[in-house]
Amino acid sequence: MLNKEKSREAGKKELQFAFTIDKAAQTVSITREFDADIALVWDAYTKPDILDQWWAPGPYASKTKVMNFEVGGRRIYAMVSPEGQERWVIQKYTSITPKTNFKLFNAFADKDENLELPGSDWDLTFSEQNGMTKVNVTIYNESLARLEKQLEMGFKEGYTMQMKNLDEVLATLSQK
Amino acid sequence: MRRDIFQAIADPTRRAIITLIALQAMTPNAIAEHFDTTRQAVSKHLRILTECELVKQEYSGREIYYSLEIQKMKEIDLWLNQFRKIWETRFNQLDNVLSTMKKQK
Repeated sequence: MLNKEKSREAGKKELQFAFTIDKAAQTVSITREFDADIALVWDAYTKPDILDQWWAPGPYASKTKVMNFEVGGRRIYAMVSPEGQERWVIQKYTSITPKTNFKLFNAFADKDENLELPGSDWDLTFSEQNGMTKVNVTIYNESLARLEKQLEMGFKEGYTMQMKNLDEVLATLSQK
Repeated sequence: MRRDIFQAIADPTRRAIITLIALQAMTPNAIAEHFDTTRQAVSKHLRILTECELVKQEYSGREIYYSLEIQKMKEIDLWLNQFRKIWETRFNQLDNVLSTMKKQK
């Protein structure tokens, strides 16, 4: 299954998006281009205050409790529903090559950091060309059925594609 | 026995069988002709696919015809699509964040 799509937003550069599922290899591969240099994109993926601005698909919010971006370090964050319900996730960094690649082990957890195993292994690769940065995220699951679990985070119910007032929120943030 | 549907479609032969019978209902013998494996191996794959309710059997005289449960395949696409949409939304949000960051530089 391969889907390529242009960015929906009018007036923007056409940004490549590819979502591929390899059922035999049990991986999901997501590639996306961003209209920014690699330093900026790398920061957006590796700094908690920036991550929290985009990581949770609206109307959910991302709330990072702990983040040590170093090998052996981890990020503990919650996806917070509009009703205030929290779903905790722990990501442990297993490898970091600055501005090129990082790998992590991702697992759901309860609020006391007890992991819900098995989790999944993520491999994120960054490359820049002509001022555009391409990011590939490859997620390996022991079973693709685990992916279903990721959807159980509450996204199934009430999940909407609409990015509610996000532009407004970001505009407010940028005025700080 | 309840099987993991994604395990069922993880096998390349089973995926090839799905592709074949998506076009038309076929007997196990007709399906087996398309593969180098034994008729027994094909039967085993068909049994797994049947247990997952990905294929259905229809009897016509003495022959059994296998066809695809289109609805079940659609269910798989549906939740894969949801997963895809999460990433799409996430990345659209990142576009906005990056745009703001660029302006601040």
